[in-house]
Amino acid sequence: MAKKESSFLNMVLTLLVITAVASTALGFVYELTKKPKAKALYIKQTYAIKKVLPPFDNQPMDAMYKVPAPDGTDSLEFYPATENGKNVGVAVKTFSKNGYGGQIDLMVGFTPDGTINNISVLDQKETPGLGTKMTDSVFKDQFNGKDPEQFKLKVKKDGGDVDAITAATISSRAFCDAVQKAYKIYKEQGGAQ
Amino acid sequence: MNQWKNFSKGFIRENPVFVLVLGMCPTLATTTSAINGLGMGLATTFVLVMSNLSISVFARFIPDKVRIPAFIVIIASFVTIVDLLMSAYFNTPGPNGEASLYDQLGIFIPLIVVNCIVLGRAEAFASKNSILSSLTDGFGIGLGFAFALTLLGAVREILGNGSIFGYSFIKGDGILVFVLAPGAFIALGYLIALINRFKKTS
Repeated sequence: MAKKESSFLNMVLTLLVITAVASTALGFVYELTKKPKAKALYIKQTYAIKKVLPPFDNQPMDAMYKVPAPDGTDSLEFYPATENGKNVGVAVKTFSKNGYGGQIDLMVGFTPDGTINNISVLDQKETPGLGTKMTDSVFKDQFNGKDPEQFKLKVKKDGGDVDAITAATISSRAFCDAVQKAYKIYKEQGGAQ
Repeated sequence: MNQWKNFSKGFIRENPVFVLVLGMCPTLATTTSAINGLGMGLATTFVLVMSNLSISVFARFIPDKVRIPAFIVIIASFVTIVDLLMSAYFNTPGPNGEASLYDQLGIFIPLIVVNCIVLGRAEAFASKNSILSSLTDGFGIGLGFAFALTLLGAVREILGNGSIFGYSFIKGDGILVFVLAPGAFIALGYLIALINRFKKTS
């Protein structure tokens, strides 16, 4: 079979046809995956909220509102949860940019009296085996049931009450920073009466 | 060419990781656990098979001077398709809230496009051989890559984390270094040595 000659017209036409077919195929797959993709994200968020709050029966995803962070770089997301119309707590999606490997995202659940119910790590890029231990219950469960009014959200090295992860003080600090940020804004929003 | 030979060469004789030493970037970075290695390997296999297939079909219509851009567009399209499909169907978190497969592989899925194995097979094999041979070649090399990544991931997970496919069999930590980047080099080095030994005796 003879190869096609590399004339200018041939080259332009070939590339044109290939890119046209490729982009059509991509557009088609994009449309196809749009819905399941949105659904997967929705499930992921709902799952994270469920983990940090007591049982609820509303759709916190639909009641979400955003509050800008104090430094104005990004905003925190608030997911209020209710059961039989009664407020059972708020899940706050918070972040810190001071992680060892960049930004970390947490979901912190506060009960109406302002204590931390549970925390889950949404995204982090810390050192595997060291900073990633922030996802272990040994570290993050020490916050559960604590009221940040009495429990100082700082590692012990900095005069706080938090046991840092061995060999990962920077990651632990970033974790505390994110939780502290969530609590501060939660209080400003009228929580923790 | 004998199709079975063509297929099986990807596992040991021409294994892309252990013998050709291609595609080291995803190999070293994503094999922190067996399941990650397997996921990465299968995603690459899909791209490799599809790109080999379409390139062997279209190669004779593509003028020589623009073949590389044409191949890259074809490969990039399949990579984007894999990325979209994975973000839709492999994106639910695990039972203990660990990150989904899509989140764990992260940037390395889009980066399959620059994996030299894929372009290498397109240029060296698929553009010169029949459709059937290209298809078996794609499956062979792709599954060989997946096999290598799963093996490396399993070794690193067993030594570094004391678990296999997520099921832990010891309490506490393993030898941490194997989960970190240096451990990838150490484990890969010993595996290559073993494979070479195995090849010599057989």
